[in-house]
Amino acid sequence: MIEVKDVYFTYPTGVEALKDVSLSIRNGEFLAIMGQNGAGKTTLVKQFNGLLKPTKGEVLVDGVSTRDISVAQLARKVGFVFQNPDHQLFSETVEEEIAFGLRNFGFKESTLKRRVTWALNLLGLAEYRKTSPFMLSGGERKRVALASVLAWNPKVVILDEPTIGQDHRQKEILRQFIVQLNAQGKTVVIVTHDVEFVAECSPRVVLMTQGQIVADGDAKRILTNSDIALRASIVPPQITQIFLDLADLGLPTDIIDVSEAKKTLLEYLEGDNT
Amino acid sequence: MPIIEAKNLTYTYPSASKPSITDVSLTIEKGEFVILTGPSGCGKTTLCRCFNGLIPHFYSGQLEGELTVAELKVFKHPISEMAQRVGLVFQNPENQLFALSVEKDVAFGLENLGMPRDEMRKRVDWALQTSGIEELRDRAPHELSGGQQQRVAIASVLAMQPEVMVFDEPTSFLDPLGAQKIFEVINDLNKKQGVTVILVEHRLDLASKYADHVVIMDEGKIVLNGKPREIFNSETARLLGVGIPKATLLWQQLRENRIKLEGVPTSSEEAARLLREVLKT
Repeated sequence: MIEVKDVYFTYPTGVEALKDVSLSIRNGEFLAIMGQNGAGKTTLVKQFNGLLKPTKGEVLVDGVSTRDISVAQLARKVGFVFQNPDHQLFSETVEEEIAFGLRNFGFKESTLKRRVTWALNLLGLAEYRKTSPFMLSGGERKRVALASVLAWNPKVVILDEPTIGQDHRQKEILRQFIVQLNAQGKTVVIVTHDVEFVAECSPRVVLMTQGQIVADGDAKRILTNSDIALRASIVPPQITQIFLDLADLGLPTDIIDVSEAKKTLLEYLEGDNT
Repeated sequence: MPIIEAKNLTYTYPSASKPSITDVSLTIEKGEFVILTGPSGCGKTTLCRCFNGLIPHFYSGQLEGELTVAELKVFKHPISEMAQRVGLVFQNPENQLFALSVEKDVAFGLENLGMPRDEMRKRVDWALQTSGIEELRDRAPHELSGGQQQRVAIASVLAMQPEVMVFDEPTSFLDPLGAQKIFEVINDLNKKQGVTVILVEHRLDLASKYADHVVIMDEGKIVLNGKPREIFNSETARLLGVGIPKATLLWQQLRENRIKLEGVPTSSEEAARLLREVLKT
């Protein structure tokens, strides 16, 4: 679906944000890009919808180079939800905000209405339909930004730090929602620091530091390897930390979630008793 | 000695149809490290805006009740006076930063106080160093990454050395190591300098080990108020969908399977220590 080939990117200020990055994302894949602040994560995903074009190398989306297609055409396929919702929101009501993209893509008015309502309900925003996005809390604005992109049903959804400002329940809804999108065959790419969220979602994880990819593999393998994780300023999930601490007792250390932890501990204790 | 005393605070934003906080009464002792949490939109940020007088002085609207912070009655003292005692680090650092260099942004509050140049220089250096951004001194804040901006915002409030510091999700843009570092900075301010800290945070896994007081809000009201262990282990917290630390969740699940640990862990270190005792026997 997305093919990044030997991409370098230098900002006009001279900052080299990507250095020889190659990455292949299959159709329907769920990928989390993690790494320290300033590692180039956002710069990388902005290449996926053509907001930024490589200084060297190329990015293919559905086989077409991002140099040969407009951002508007790409946006229909690759929806991008910004880290900071204030960079994205501008309409007077939540409803208009969500309708804006749909209108630009030329959706019929009846379809548009249905989609807006669908997106509002999906993200628990129905009561704010007529409210100004700027009257909402940070977490709520974030959901409006997400709703406005999901409304046009892009094939690839990129979420830059989707869990910032979201409470636990909203995160759980978001998680189920991503899993559902993914099950419907959508490609989902998230950029995140939230190790607990990634531990609960278990996607493929790409770790970046200083403009390069330093590790690529399933969440369990990457997050439980404290050497790799620390290089990218990632702290292993709390459950993993408990197991790393207890490693000398012969317990496994590749545990990332609570239910797995409980199962492992119960088995260990039963084994002891017999 | 209480440093913040709120009695029956109710506040409605101009043009809002219902109050954002309702009948909030809360006492915070001097030197406490308080975590304020609750579902998004529950009124946490609104309450924080009362602590330094942004409400009612900047956001007009209707504020009822009583509020005393650092011996100042918030209704009577303007923001300029409150700001020297109570520092607020905003959720979105872009709303706070405006100068052309990091150094100038950090110095801005001090300039306004008319502080002597030498003293100001020392304070700015200290704040930059404590926030780990000395090397960004001459950079423009708007060119920095979200996480770097967050640290500049913290430094600019730190420089004022207020008695109370309110952090509204100060690490949401930071990577986990960066977040941990900021929490440790905040913890040092609290433990070593005696600054009263109010931290608005969803990521309780990382933050709860520093706190000695947890307040949970829902729909504009305080629903839980007490010691972290009691709160995280309460049924109300679970039903509210507050992000209870994973270590505490694991403890609860083990207890359901009749494995008893001595005490309720809120951090991985504690959980590991308690588990070790059970696993060894």
